[in-house]
Amino acid sequence: MSTAISASGADKSATETSAQYLTFMLAGEEYGVDILRVQEIKGWDKVTRIPHTPDYVLGVINLRGAVVPILDLRRRFGLEAIDFGPTTVVIVMRVGSGRDERTVGVVVDAVSEVYNVEAADTKPPPDVCGSIDTVFVKALATLEEKMLILLDIDRLIANSITDEPVPGVAAA
Amino acid sequence: MTLDLEMAEIAKVFFQESREGLDVMESGLLTLGAGADAESINTIFRAAHSIKGGSATFGFAEVAGFTHGVETLLDEMRNGVRPVTAEAIQILLQSCDCLREMIAATEAELPLDQGRIASLNSDIAHILGERPQAAPAPVAPAAAPPAAPPDATAEAGGTPSSGAQGWLITFEPVADLLRLRNEPTRMFTELARLGAVVARADTSRVPLLDALDPESCYLSWNLEVSGPISRAKIEEIFDWVESQWRAEPMSVEKSSAVAQPHLGPAPEARPVSAERGPAPAAPTAQKAADSGSIRVATEKLDNIINLVGELLITQSMLCGFADGIDPNELDRLRQGLSQLARNTRELQESVMQIRMLPISFAFNRFPRIVHDLSRKLNKKVELKLTGENTELDKTVLEKISDPLVHLVRNALDHGLETPDRRSASGKHETGSIELGAFHEGGNIIIEVRDDGAGLNKAKILQKARERGLVAPDQDLTDEQIDNLIFMPGFSTADQVSDVSGRGVGMDVVRRNINDLGGHVQISSKEGQGSTIRIRLPLTLAILDGQLVRVGKEIYIISLLAIVETIQVSKDRLNTLVGRTEVFRLRDEYLPVVRLCDQFGVEPDSRRAEDGLLVVIEADGKRAGVLVDDLLAQQQVVIKSLESNFKPVVAIAGATILGDGTVALIIDVPDLIRSVRKLGSGAVTAHAA
Repeated sequence: MSTAISASGADKSATETSAQYLTFMLAGEEYGVDILRVQEIKGWDKVTRIPHTPDYVLGVINLRGAVVPILDLRRRFGLEAIDFGPTTVVIVMRVGSGRDERTVGVVVDAVSEVYNVEAADTKPPPDVCGSIDTVFVKALATLEEKMLILLDIDRLIANSITDEPVPGVAAA
Repeated sequence: MTLDLEMAEIAKVFFQESREGLDVMESGLLTLGAGADAESINTIFRAAHSIKGGSATFGFAEVAGFTHGVETLLDEMRNGVRPVTAEAIQILLQSCDCLREMIAATEAELPLDQGRIASLNSDIAHILGERPQAAPAPVAPAAAPPAAPPDATAEAGGTPSSGAQGWLITFEPVADLLRLRNEPTRMFTELARLGAVVARADTSRVPLLDALDPESCYLSWNLEVSGPISRAKIEEIFDWVESQWRAEPMSVEKSSAVAQPHLGPAPEARPVSAERGPAPAAPTAQKAADSGSIRVATEKLDNIINLVGELLITQSMLCGFADGIDPNELDRLRQGLSQLARNTRELQESVMQIRMLPISFAFNRFPRIVHDLSRKLNKKVELKLTGENTELDKTVLEKISDPLVHLVRNALDHGLETPDRRSASGKHETGSIELGAFHEGGNIIIEVRDDGAGLNKAKILQKARERGLVAPDQDLTDEQIDNLIFMPGFSTADQVSDVSGRGVGMDVVRRNINDLGGHVQISSKEGQGSTIRIRLPLTLAILDGQLVRVGKEIYIISLLAIVETIQVSKDRLNTLVGRTEVFRLRDEYLPVVRLCDQFGVEPDSRRAEDGLLVVIEADGKRAGVLVDDLLAQQQVVIKSLESNFKPVVAIAGATILGDGTVALIIDVPDLIRSVRKLGSGAVTAHAA
């Protein structure tokens, strides 16, 4: 299977102190995910709905023969839903590892940049963090006076799919 | 590091092959009971020998040591020195079990069960020791029988007598030598370390160039190695090409010893290998059969199957596209497409074949299980296997093994009577259990049949009433009573034994079979026995599906689950307490599932008479599914929803349609279960 970016979960080969992040926009905020997780970025397309799932599970798509679920991050974080526009994209990622490894797409408002983030530029998230469940935030990074929200994507996706309650977090 | 990895890889193959070898030994030992012929003992011996050789190579000394004892015993049997007794077979069978555990422990790098090894070792030693002079030499398994006169001993086995100047070795390898990873030059180099070697190659069998297979070995050699060398040293070098070589001592007396080997009172390893040397037909034939198959990782196969599935999808997409465009070239396009369709279908079928394995893989363990169990229960049983070559999908095969074991154990424990009970009721003392497999339609049928006592219907009904599984006034047909034994927690055994009777079996069996998309049924006649019939789909990877539409969504229902499809007339649709709808179909009330409500989809119309009712059935229970429209019937490739998502209620999986979109496959048993649970209590009173 050809992939745009080969994303191998275990590979943390970027140097100890810095890592590359792909960032995307969601309701005016900029979020980052570990670029090694990202498999490809594709346009929004029709999905097949799955019954008995939360509203942020939009459905499944056919990704070159694999059935891949698509999650709406806006709805996942309890943000106001908007109509999908021309910049709306699906970021397809490989998350988890071993038996729990999954390919999952998330819908975001737009992709932004790829940044090299130094460990020194990151801060742990404060207890209260605006519109997002802080347990899914790995760190906050400051870059050119901008704040990036670095997501713990493994945890976010696993939690979104299994629907397990996360201690200390009210339902989104 | 790469070397370590490589070694680990090779060791893995060794473990796998050892297990197969043990299976061979076991099945061979079980047939030995009936009547021992030299060839079957030889087969067992060869298997043991390979395990010993392999484990010694990898440094698993304990495995090698233990197998050595087993091998010695087998060697004596093979040479006719020791009679084949039931006791010895039992010990050898136990040794197989022990070896299997040792191999598993070695692979997992766990400590070995020393107590068991020691006790079996002493059992073996005890047997070997019964004839005092038969104590084998510890190093070379092919050591001489001490019963032979001293001079014969020297020539036949041990170190050559002082007069011996070396060995004359005739090495006639099989054509597969190189493919089996043996390197003759290395062997000769090793040999040269022992003493001066004169080698003469016989090239008479080398064919003309155009007929020559570069990977085959056409040569044979006469090797003279001189010096005071023990036979064991030479055996070590030629260990992997057993039966393809002969060695004769190059001493003055050699000619007589070789010419009349039968003069020795106890014919031994050398005469045996000499007898097999010139005609290595048996091992060669066996190897030829082996090379007909290769080991492939299931993952690789699944990949191919996925790709072929996609090819099928692309092809149907192209076909759909061709219907849309018109003009002149269309005919040729259509022709090409139909050819593509045929080719893809054939390709898919042959790829699917790769996953198919004969059911003998599951059946093979039963002779042993029945053997052990019948001893334990003091029952006489004859096990008949039929249709072992019936093929089914590997996944189905793996998952059906345990339920089958359960059913066979049950048949032995509960079904068959003790020999005296049997003769009292005029039956033959020896009971029979038949395991059969065959095709029927698109399914595989597996039957477990015994000629035992049959199910005690009165007792079953009584127990079921006691447990509240059946209402006191409820009437059941014989068949319904029989099938009560599949209810959770049901057991009629008066005594719980360690074989069966705890009542945690049959419902699990049914559950497992249902999970495979199969179905299990029992029928029995009191005093004459019972038959358990399992129906399984041929494969889990594709399904004959009916596409149904609800609003804008398309779902797939397995054709096998559909009984019929009918137009709904309003007057036959009623509502039960609450919201449950039932439909009167002839003399039966079916619970109705509105797929739109079940799956939260906006339908074309909420009026039932605008849609169609698809009657589905699973586990003998029916329900009606209300859909907007029926679309095409087609074979679909089942894709897992779980691999990237999670299991979803009433959904068995997904597939990709011709237009590239995903459609969900309905899990019929699950859907019926869920609706019956929600539905009227009266209908399901006994099906908690």
